[in-house]
Amino acid sequence: MLAFLVQRISQAFLVMFVISVIAFAIQDGLGDPLQEMVGMSVSAEEREAIREELGLNDPMVLQYLRFAGKAIQGDLGNSYFYSKPTLEVIAEHLPATLELVIGASLIIIFLSVPIGVYAAIRPQAWLSKFFMGVSTVGISIPVFLTAIVLIQLFSIGVTVTWFPVDTGWGQWLNEALSTEGGLPSYGRGDDLVHLFGTWESGFFSSDGWMHLVLPSVSLASIMLPLFIRLIRAEMMEVLQSDYIRYARAKGLSAGRINFLHALKNTMLPVITVGGVQIGIMVAYTILTETVFQWPGVGLMFLEAITRSDIPLIVAYLMVVGLIFVVTNTLVDLLYGLVNPTVKLTGKKA
Amino acid sequence: MKKLLAAFIGSMALAAAPVAVSAEATKELKVAYDSDPVTLDIHEQLSGGILQLSHMTFDPLIRWTKDLGFEPRLAESWERVDENTMRFTLRKGVKFHSGNEFTAEDVKFTFDRLKESQDFEAIFKPFSGINVIDDYTFELVTSEPYPLLLNTATYIFPLDSEFYSGKTEDGKDKGAILKHGNSFASENLSGTGPYTVSERRQGVRVEFERFDDYWDTESPGNVGKIVLTPIKEDNTRVSALLSGGVDFIAPVPPNDLDRIKRDKNANLVTMSGTRIIIFHMNQERVEAFKNPKVRQAIAYAINQEGIAEKIMKGFATPASQLSPAGYQGHNENLKPRFDVAKAQQLMKEAGYEDGFTITMMSPNNRYVNDDKIAQAAAAMLARINIKVDLKTLPKAQYWPEYDNRAADMMLIGWHADTEDSANFYEFLTFCPDADTGSGQYNAGNYCNPEIDALVQKANVETDLDKRSAMLQEVEQRLYDDAAFVPLHWQDLAWASKKNVNIEPVLNVMNFPYLGDLVVE
Repeated sequence: MLAFLVQRISQAFLVMFVISVIAFAIQDGLGDPLQEMVGMSVSAEEREAIREELGLNDPMVLQYLRFAGKAIQGDLGNSYFYSKPTLEVIAEHLPATLELVIGASLIIIFLSVPIGVYAAIRPQAWLSKFFMGVSTVGISIPVFLTAIVLIQLFSIGVTVTWFPVDTGWGQWLNEALSTEGGLPSYGRGDDLVHLFGTWESGFFSSDGWMHLVLPSVSLASIMLPLFIRLIRAEMMEVLQSDYIRYARAKGLSAGRINFLHALKNTMLPVITVGGVQIGIMVAYTILTETVFQWPGVGLMFLEAITRSDIPLIVAYLMVVGLIFVVTNTLVDLLYGLVNPTVKLTGKKA
Repeated sequence: MKKLLAAFIGSMALAAAPVAVSAEATKELKVAYDSDPVTLDIHEQLSGGILQLSHMTFDPLIRWTKDLGFEPRLAESWERVDENTMRFTLRKGVKFHSGNEFTAEDVKFTFDRLKESQDFEAIFKPFSGINVIDDYTFELVTSEPYPLLLNTATYIFPLDSEFYSGKTEDGKDKGAILKHGNSFASENLSGTGPYTVSERRQGVRVEFERFDDYWDTESPGNVGKIVLTPIKEDNTRVSALLSGGVDFIAPVPPNDLDRIKRDKNANLVTMSGTRIIIFHMNQERVEAFKNPKVRQAIAYAINQEGIAEKIMKGFATPASQLSPAGYQGHNENLKPRFDVAKAQQLMKEAGYEDGFTITMMSPNNRYVNDDKIAQAAAAMLARINIKVDLKTLPKAQYWPEYDNRAADMMLIGWHADTEDSANFYEFLTFCPDADTGSGQYNAGNYCNPEIDALVQKANVETDLDKRSAMLQEVEQRLYDDAAFVPLHWQDLAWASKKNVNIEPVLNVMNFPYLGDLVVE
């Protein structure tokens, strides 16, 4: 266990080192940070003076060494735009993203497990076919499109007038297809509760939850189909295995077989994929957060790129790298809990 | 009980002093702009966002009216003493947010600070000093006669000198202007304006509250609280308005104009703007561009009206010159000159009938539809056999390329900070000179000392009719010479809910006077 953790921590350092080098190497391609700092009519001389002050004229190696020296002490530099330490800026934006990921994860867990299991147990039922069909469509729609459609339907509202109003059924269809709107379409709302540190939470007010609905549904929409299909496929495979047949022969109840013996073994690969997907979800929050003006790290990162806020970009990439390493480590630990036969240090590949 | 007492004291105060009855400022306004102010220090950066903040939390000496005239704000009146001096008389009884009394010393403090600001010093270069005569009188002195003195006075938003003087707890100068890193002034603010900043989370929201002791009791404004949320994504900003999440948005993307017009709860205001979009033709990189006939051919080949109508969806005013209508240099006689046959003939006369190949660059996220404009222009040039290699870049990468003059034709948009024609010429068409900084954005390297001299002469001409005639001549000569290819002035658009009466407080400079906004 200890050896495993040591191995992972050294891995984390390596990952972050590589990321920081790459981020530094590409910064020239990201544009000129000064453009956002000064007005158009500021003279070339003054621009040069500011550049000199910021150390942007030094050779790249020198800049990197200066950065690395501070980074070892936990200082990843100051954001140009926020004029604050980058880690502080990220810490301020991270809770919003985490709450969004939690919201989406809840939707995924509570929908994908029952639907996946149902579709595996009754593959021929029309409801299963419906779910599988919808999930194929869902997986192929880009998340920003889902988001825009959701906003149109549930925030702005749609009035349908396709059917003749003077007939009873036409009127009924019109009304049935029209939506009221009213759900908040941007931001986290005003009703945030301060938990600790930089964590302002929207989980403690109805307004906060309302603001969370549309963003988490759109974020979940991209992952949900994947998990439904994965759980279904794994479950179907497990249901074919000998020990399930044996359990059936022994006369165990269907519920016990399906949910205790089969599901447990189904979840193993699902957890692995899930761990990786949480990392990917952080990447997808960039799109979701942009469409919903959700003040999390994704939006912050996108804006940092348009502003060429290089220190913030580098710090964000390193933090995300860290998140990946940490979630993968947690997944490996969870593995051991779900299936005691898996040896942590043994699986070096 | 407390309320009763307050009401009692209030009525006593009313009885004691004849206070003008101002509208009760109780309404809340939710605003979504495409960005929030970068800093609270209004001298740190000269940008639209900061000027919008300045008009909310400070007051200028004088301000622009809708028809580009001036109206008194903190300065009650002004008169010319001699050709280099203007004397201003200040309003009495004006209070800063901190409670300090506003006097001419504050104006001096502000003026001195502006001269030190990297972004503002260029605008204040013509000024040699300020003389404080008494608490409510001062004089602005220029080194030469300066016709734009009043234009510049609209940039003087007096700061609370007492508030910004001294040291912070950790020993930093409170008045320091820092481009990067935190300064006292970038996080604290005390002006005379209608609103104070009550809460601010950068990039997330800014809350403003009406200043109780605001001097302008005649202002019809009835908004007590403003919540500003930056929403960068165009679609989200429009959705926020249509779903009722916010009351007022700007800018409105051209693609959504119809959508807002159709919505029965929304109110759309558009205006022809003053930001000109042009192409420069680099004479140093392309030999052919040195020939005026080739430049004219290009000017004839570009269909400004087509671009304004098809690509900008009518959301632009086709241009044939730099100065928009209302500016002193605007020359009514100049019309867009789209004529392909003429263009082809000019190419032939210049000996380039077979055309040539050039490179072109444009930003793709700086101006409205900038990359599409460049594509259209490239297609139009193909008709006179000029083959264009077009590259479009995000603005953060575009400007370094622009500074290097990395392509033969480059697109740029320009808004004159002084709201005056001469500013266009100084930056876009003056002979480039690295030492004086003139022609800083002249990526065409067009150079005509005669025209430059004419502009310099106009810059010391205080007779506005004479000056106007000179500047119009400049436009005419630039047009004849085809010094650049003008495209259009970008229009402006704002939208609000029906009950928010935005029209009266909007102006072509795009700083809404939200202090005077009336919400029904």
